[in-house]
Amino acid sequence: MHTIHSNDLVQPTLGRMVVDAPYVAEYRKAGQFIILRIDEFGERIPLTIADADKDKGTITLYYQIVGVTTRKMSLLKKGDHLQDIAGPLGHPTDVKRYGTVACIGGGIGIAPLYPISRAMKEAGNRVVNILGARSKDLLILEDELRAIGDETIVCTDDGSYGKKDFVTGALRDLMAKEKVDIVVAIGPVPMMKAVSDMTREPAIRTFVSLNSIMVDGTGMCGGCRVTVGGGTKFTCVDGPEFNGHEVDFGELVSRLGTYRGEERVSDEKHKHACRIGLDRN
Amino acid sequence: MKDRIPRQKMPELTPAERKNNFNEIPLGYSKETAMLEASRCIQCKKPACVGGCPVNVDIPGFIKEITDGNFSGAFAVLKKTNTLPAVCGRVCPQESQCEAQCILGKKFEPVAIGKLERFVADYEREVENAAAREADGKKDKKVAIIGAGPAGLTAAGDLAQRGYAVTIFEALHSPGGVLVYGIPQFRLPKEIVHYEIEALKKRGVELVLNRVVGMSQTVDDLLDRDYHAVFVGTGAGLPLFLNIAGENLKGVYSANEYLTRANLMKAYKFPEYDTPIIRGKNIAVFGGGNVAMDAARVANRLGAENVYLVYRRSRDEMPARLEEIHHADEEGINFQLLTNPVRFLGDESGNLKGVECLRMELGEPDESGRRRPVTVKGSEFIIDIDVAIIAIGNAPNPIIQKSTVGLDTTKWGTIVADNTTMKTSKKGVFAGGDIVSGAATVIEAMGAGRKAAAAIDEFCTTGAW
Repeated sequence: MHTIHSNDLVQPTLGRMVVDAPYVAEYRKAGQFIILRIDEFGERIPLTIADADKDKGTITLYYQIVGVTTRKMSLLKKGDHLQDIAGPLGHPTDVKRYGTVACIGGGIGIAPLYPISRAMKEAGNRVVNILGARSKDLLILEDELRAIGDETIVCTDDGSYGKKDFVTGALRDLMAKEKVDIVVAIGPVPMMKAVSDMTREPAIRTFVSLNSIMVDGTGMCGGCRVTVGGGTKFTCVDGPEFNGHEVDFGELVSRLGTYRGEERVSDEKHKHACRIGLDRN
Repeated sequence: MKDRIPRQKMPELTPAERKNNFNEIPLGYSKETAMLEASRCIQCKKPACVGGCPVNVDIPGFIKEITDGNFSGAFAVLKKTNTLPAVCGRVCPQESQCEAQCILGKKFEPVAIGKLERFVADYEREVENAAAREADGKKDKKVAIIGAGPAGLTAAGDLAQRGYAVTIFEALHSPGGVLVYGIPQFRLPKEIVHYEIEALKKRGVELVLNRVVGMSQTVDDLLDRDYHAVFVGTGAGLPLFLNIAGENLKGVYSANEYLTRANLMKAYKFPEYDTPIIRGKNIAVFGGGNVAMDAARVANRLGAENVYLVYRRSRDEMPARLEEIHHADEEGINFQLLTNPVRFLGDESGNLKGVECLRMELGEPDESGRRRPVTVKGSEFIIDIDVAIIAIGNAPNPIIQKSTVGLDTTKWGTIVADNTTMKTSKKGVFAGGDIVSGAATVIEAMGAGRKAAAAIDEFCTTGAW
């Protein structure tokens, strides 16, 4: 059991949880993830580790409320518990001195980007953060990333803050201005695809972090398979980061929709249960 | 005359009764039936059955106790060599192991050794609920076990019995390995596995769940810390796929994923449990082993209208246990034998909608001695399906091999280990079960765990490698 230290909605559908997981806090590296289970009835869901505090033995998780598990997560309070946290899992990001690294995060993808950006900076790179959100109030971790980056560019779809642009626009401007040695892009699949398409021609190495559907996270179930470079890879043990130029994003999007029908059933049931819970409060 | 008594059948749920639930099918012997069946054993002086058992259970010994009505005595005999009798009595392929050697089987039907084993273990659990046995002394050394499957649990049990402090590291949130994620409830109720694990805990075995050794702390870290020896029992858990077009369509599962969702995560109780599973109408399972039978029968219970079992050889070559094939047949699984899938077909949204297959015929025997299936030209046909489950086997999980320096592996990725001591190429590290043998049976993995425990004891005592 893992005690929750804090759990807040930083946006209407985005939660931030700090939870006890001393083993993970001690060993995790940038780019790795955990699998959690809320309770006896819960699914096993993967979430990237946004931050960790070795001394306190805690990790920080950001989660978008999309399905039943994340909805339940959002209702947990300080002092409540998560049943299981397995990790750290997956390969850490290949952090070394590349030169100039463009760290591109979209929406909740900014959370897993944060430790990578920091690790890239610590490895002696020039780090340019490009952060994208639909609007100002959906932006997370801006201050933290500004503190790390040599430069941080913020784009919003609606122009409510920073540039009114997509992250690809900001990347195009950056590439026109200076030599970018490597790109790390984490965010919605269409964003990762658009960034990868843009860097293919100039042949800039581009890492993307994939969020496929997973069960065990140790290579056993094969549910997280993605086509990379024409072959099947397992996101959990071969990834989660892959060369963006080789990923079949279309297939990934399709597979992510596998349980849409079931999610609706489950969500309805729990929305109902949640309302009952709220009435009581 | 003993041979006049027929082999006692175990009452079973009928196919109609079991169609829509996950209840266990064979219902167990009564005391009287067990004693009658036990009385069929002629107590051979040189019992061949014992040699047919990978862990050499004293079969005449425990059966004698049943005949005398001393069920606790029978349990004590069983437990001397078998950590998990309630499990083995259910899932061992007795017909090709102990019972295949039974002398009665030459003229009549063999003694129902497996069913008797199950009876004794169930009686003990349900009626006696025996306390944990005392360890035989206390050792001041610690042993780490990686993987809480049959091999690891057996090694842990034996080492705890010998007085070692044992820690089991398990990647999943529930111990048991394939016993909990793979084998369905109707063949092995999870309560039985949990009971056995509770017994290990009572004997002081420490369980660390949700811990993937090799992803952060390595085998070397464990040896450097305070573990004197490490046993690797990480199993064959890397699913093999058919490598045909369309395999990543929505609706194509590995048997591991399908069974893990259904069994471990209880997707059969969705939405009471949160984990979803696609409840297809027309489902095809590819393979002919026990896992394929399990997947097909789970699919049936999840409400499929048609469940096809697609196997490229004939029924005679199927590696599954006879009882499982029989049960699947009874439940209406549609066997498509001598049939090989060529490609999966999807709709415009990436959903599986069919599989194209070819009929096969058997040609000359191949290296395995089985007649090789050969394609019948022009025999292409399509089966309409919305879920496919690939159950053609598993490769070893590679995490430990990749992360451990000095651990020799084979070209198949299994760990090289001595057949009698389960010693690997790395001092202090032992390995056994599917990670060494490749995919095999529960009892074979337990046999390896048992051998390793004896060798670990010797290594910890003498220090000699």
